[in-house]
Amino acid sequence: MSDIVEKTLTALPGLFLPNPQGGGPAAPRTSFSSRLGGLIRAITALTSKHEEEKLIQQELNNLKVTVSAPTTTLKMMKECMVRLIYCEMLGYDASFGYIHAIKLAQQGNLLEKRVGYLAVSLFLHENHELLLLLVNTVVKDLQSTNLVEVCMALTVVSQIFPREMIPAVLPLIEDKLQHPKEIIRRKAVLALYKFHLIAPNQVQHIHTKFRKALCDRDVGVMAASLHIYLRMIKENSSGYKDLTGSFVTILKQVVGGKLPVEFNYHSVPAPWLQIQLLRILGLLGKDDQRTSELMYDVLDESLRRAELNHNITYAILFECVHTVYSIYPKSELLEKAVKCIGKFVLSPKINLKYLGLKALTYVIQQDPSLALQHQMTIIECLDHPDPIIKRETLELLYRITNAQNITVIVQKMLEYLQQSKEEYIIVNLVGKIAELAEKYAPDNAWFIQTMNAVFSVGGDVMHPDIPNDFLRLLAEGFDDEAEDQQLRLYAVESYLTLLDMENVFYPQRFIQVMSWVLGEYSYLLDKETPEEVVTRLYKLLMSDSISSETKAWLIAAVIKLTPQAYASDIIERLIQDFTVSLDTCMRQHAFELKQLHENVELMKTLFPVDKSSEDMVVDASLSFLDGFVAEGLSQGAAPYKPHHQRQEEKLSQEKVLNFEPYGLSFSSGITGRQSPAGISLGSDVSGNSADTGLKETNSLQLEGVKKLWGKEGYLPKKESKAGDKMEALPIPQESGIMENVDQAIPSKNQSQSLTQSKEEEEKQLLASSLFVGIGSENTINLMGKADTMSHKFRRKSKVKEAKSGEASRAHSMACSSLSSQSRVAFEDDSYLNTLQGRRDTELKKFSTNSELLDSESLKELPSVKKLSDGSLSAPSLFADENIEILHLPSSSVASAANDISLSSSLLEETTECMQSSLMKVYNNETVSVSSYKIWKDDCLLMIWSLTNKSGSELKSANLEIFPEENFKTTERPVCSLPVMETESTKNFEYSIHMEKPFTEGTLSGFVNYQLMDTHSVQLEFSINLSLLDFIRPLKISTEDFGKLWLSFANDVKQNIKTSEPQDALPTTLQMLQQKLRLHVIDIIGNEGLLACQLLPSIPCLLHCRVHADVLALWFRSSCSALPDYLSYQCQKAIEGL
Amino acid sequence: MIKGILIFNNHRKPWLSKFYQPYSVDKQQQIIRETLHLVFKRDENVCNFLEGGSLIGGFDNKLIYRHYATLYFVFCVDSSGSELGILDLIQGFVETLDKCFENVCELDLIFHVDKVHNILAEMVMGGMVLETNMNETVTQTDAQKKLEKSEAGLAGAPARAVSAVKNMNLPEIPRNISIGDISIKVPNLPSFK
Repeated sequence: MSDIVEKTLTALPGLFLPNPQGGGPAAPRTSFSSRLGGLIRAITALTSKHEEEKLIQQELNNLKVTVSAPTTTLKMMKECMVRLIYCEMLGYDASFGYIHAIKLAQQGNLLEKRVGYLAVSLFLHENHELLLLLVNTVVKDLQSTNLVEVCMALTVVSQIFPREMIPAVLPLIEDKLQHPKEIIRRKAVLALYKFHLIAPNQVQHIHTKFRKALCDRDVGVMAASLHIYLRMIKENSSGYKDLTGSFVTILKQVVGGKLPVEFNYHSVPAPWLQIQLLRILGLLGKDDQRTSELMYDVLDESLRRAELNHNITYAILFECVHTVYSIYPKSELLEKAVKCIGKFVLSPKINLKYLGLKALTYVIQQDPSLALQHQMTIIECLDHPDPIIKRETLELLYRITNAQNITVIVQKMLEYLQQSKEEYIIVNLVGKIAELAEKYAPDNAWFIQTMNAVFSVGGDVMHPDIPNDFLRLLAEGFDDEAEDQQLRLYAVESYLTLLDMENVFYPQRFIQVMSWVLGEYSYLLDKETPEEVVTRLYKLLMSDSISSETKAWLIAAVIKLTPQAYASDIIERLIQDFTVSLDTCMRQHAFELKQLHENVELMKTLFPVDKSSEDMVVDASLSFLDGFVAEGLSQGAAPYKPHHQRQEEKLSQEKVLNFEPYGLSFSSGITGRQSPAGISLGSDVSGNSADTGLKETNSLQLEGVKKLWGKEGYLPKKESKAGDKMEALPIPQESGIMENVDQAIPSKNQSQSLTQSKEEEEKQLLASSLFVGIGSENTINLMGKADTMSHKFRRKSKVKEAKSGEASRAHSMACSSLSSQSRVAFEDDSYLNTLQGRRDTELKKFSTNSELLDSESLKELPSVKKLSDGSLSAPSLFADENIEILHLPSSSVASAANDISLSSSLLEETTECMQSSLMKVYNNETVSVSSYKIWKDDCLLMIWSLTNKSGSELKSANLEIFPEENFKTTERPVCSLPVMETESTKNFEYSIHMEKPFTEGTLSGFVNYQLMDTHSVQLEFSINLSLLDFIRPLKISTEDFGKLWLSFANDVKQNIKTSEPQDALPTTLQMLQQKLRLHVIDIIGNEGLLACQLLPSIPCLLHCRVHADVLALWFRSSCSALPDYLSYQCQKAIEGL
Repeated sequence: MIKGILIFNNHRKPWLSKFYQPYSVDKQQQIIRETLHLVFKRDENVCNFLEGGSLIGGFDNKLIYRHYATLYFVFCVDSSGSELGILDLIQGFVETLDKCFENVCELDLIFHVDKVHNILAEMVMGGMVLETNMNETVTQTDAQKKLEKSEAGLAGAPARAVSAVKNMNLPEIPRNISIGDISIKVPNLPSFK
């Protein structure tokens, strides 16, 4: 290929030598192309960025004049556009030309139009306002009889098109799917794919047409439709299982060479098409034995046919291997795939080696013994000159790390880190090292040293969870108290040594970690007194290189140490220094310290030694201030209004015209003081701070008890319960593994020639240290991700977690653990208690407010009414939560009736929340797994029940959910019995919170269990979750609806035809309330108001109006994706009526 | 899905950039700079894949590049792209360019940015691979070339930009009088079989 591009740019200036005849400045008559030449010549001759800036600016100025001159013809404009494209690509603003690009696309002849479209698609982005001007042109061109124009229009549509204008072109593009020319059909399919990406609900109705495209007689169109299917199957594979057969047939034909020869690339039939199909099959066959069986043959054929002669066949092979390992396993295929991987890994071509490592990384998660086969290659790759290969190797090693090879692997990673300077590599690797260190650390010293390295290298770029997790681990400790103290002591000692070093600068985060540890655990030191530690901290505090945030950490540490080093004069000096500090924050701390310093006893109780992980009870309602508030109110002070309310009132006062659509005026007086976002608390009287406090405890249920490091409560891993059993497992294996490795190495040694150099021996040594502990487990876990590690640093058992959970859950309508009746009773009790408490405070409030009433006789009546409403709210709340939403799906209960305990537990649940019907996840002769969803008020509760149908006992039944970026899953503690008796059922409960909005997601995990005296079995499953699972009714008043409506920016309108007469509105709304869990607020004539919220608290409002036979839906929300999604769901629900 | 395509030369001059995802002008510049930085740091004899590049969107994306004499072709793809497949797509792209420009050289790319964009649009549409059959792409482009020729005149000038440059000493090439749009609307395109 190098002979193709033979001329180099160095020759360029020579080619552009100034024309001796032309000379001087470019005359207007000079052709435009040579102006482009001039521009480029000038650019290539430049030496500095500054010159370039000057030149381009000048060029842009010239262009500005030219494009806006009326005499400029379209042809000249075309040339200008090319130059503008060039300037814009270099990063200069050419926005003045945008409108001219659109004009050119509109008015030009074919060639000019093409340049116009090109410029538009390069200049503008999807949301650019000028794009609207293009819509008409696109519509016109789509209707053109000239194929080229149609093609251009389709191309520009697939590159940029404003989402809200899709309806304008959609029918035209749909028509193009029937176009006689294949190129048009193909481009139309891709344009529709683009629409599917940006507005899926708008192309929902043409899914059948996609199927038609899949069956198109032209291969190109079919290939284009695969893009769409790949995408849709990725989103939801279960909906397209029926197409598996078609995909397999297509692939068979392609592999069999049935396509016309022109689709061959280097005599391989349509390789890109094959790759695409293999990907689709991989997605379809995942965790699905029946579907996978359909494709075994064709995969085998593909593996066989791909003869190794060209890059592109390797591409197909790679994809094949990936697919074979993604679908339900078949041993013959796996064997062949393994052979293929060998070809990749051992290839001298570096690209193939890279891919081989990638494939290995993917595969060893399922079969770690494969790493043993290629251990020498892996070792070689570790020292490869290409850093990308090296990193991929480390990635691979990361997957096979265990307690025996951790030190070597982490050392390799740290070595790599020291050479690398790219930020994202550091972030990535540092996170991995921290994770591994926490899991497998062999001893305290190693752990602390590794973490020190992590903090010094990762510094301020690493994920903030790493230091937080580390500190929590130190604070909470493990099960063995003596061990904990040792670790802490070691940490303290190592930090003191680090701090003693002169002229070394540590990242801020590292210093923060040090200061916290020193503040907490310096008391463990024997040799050094707290005074000495404080002296060091003081030195750091006075240093210039410390940020003010870190200083706050440092001074906090000093404050903690003060009770122990009371008499130290360094503290007094510190107080003196910082009470005059310019930093207000520091001054505040210094004054606090000063005050505390004067009262030793108080200080000692406030800062007890080693109590960092004790829970602190915080009175979130600030009830101790009640008296103060009451006094203030009685003296005529204005009641407290929350911040957002004040702002809203301010806003509403500023408005000259009232644009509220519902004509409900609201006064800014006492009656309007209800929080508009008063989530789930429909009717309460707000007014004084005590009540606001209460509300807070309602919405922030998890914060009931404060934790020091629990920024986002951590995911309780299941090891606390399963750990004991798991630990027992690996031990017998380990000895076997050691033997395994020992055997492997000598045999290798024998086979190799005697002239083995010393270097090779070293490599062997490294290999034996790296790959120790891998293999032999594969018999147990062929299809699952082997995760039978024993965690060195196991977090303390979750007793505390459960305790705090209970306290907070007492408020939420907890459907509690089913197995322990006593706990259910306890929770109910506490729930009632809180209700009682609520009423008490409300009554108290009533009395305080009635005092107020005396002075404010004017507003007496409405407030009294409001208050009496409020005092009734507790029982009515109860009714809301329990009775109104009670839709007992009796059929589902009946279907599960074969298991008494299960159905009884279901009944228990349904009395509290809505739930889905029972879904069978897995069923065989020994066990059956079924799942159902419970839509709780604050989260989605997934329950999997595992029923033992076999005649014998099941051991160590366990369920684990894979982490998923969209969700946060938290296991709810269920009493777990190590042994499941026959015919018994065990429930696993997971509460699921959404981390970020999505439309469809899957949650997957596995169940494993062990039958009596047989090996353990692992069953994988996955479950689809939709956004709808996180929609809850939002109960607000009409008035609040009006207010909220105005504050939301994102809206979507949609008209739906209803066949039923007008009075169907209440029925329709009722149906929406049931199906989509929207809350019907009000029905006024032919208009209806509904509201819902996306958990945790994104509200969405719906206004509907019936007009003749059209139901107009109007959504508004603060989240942009929500209205779109809901409108689609509503449409589906109504049309399904 | 392909997220972006960059062509630049050994002197770090970008000649073509195309993004299939909306990025602001500043972000585009940042991406170009970072890509240049990453690619030029690579030695010869290393693999053609680069991971990361924090700007274009996280760890999921990779850069796949090829170096031809004076030019680098860089494709940025997300995790659903096949590395080797893209590598051959670049090869196909260059082959197509070679056929369309008859022995393509860097100058062709510089003076016919619009044409290169058009060829690219035939192969990749909205980030998806549309056509991998080189001959098909060539016939498409040839058909358009014919159109151009029929239009001739000043509009034909960019097609001859290189030759114009090469024949610098000659007086300006005589222009034909434009024959207007008459011939253009005729859908006489043999390529659309």
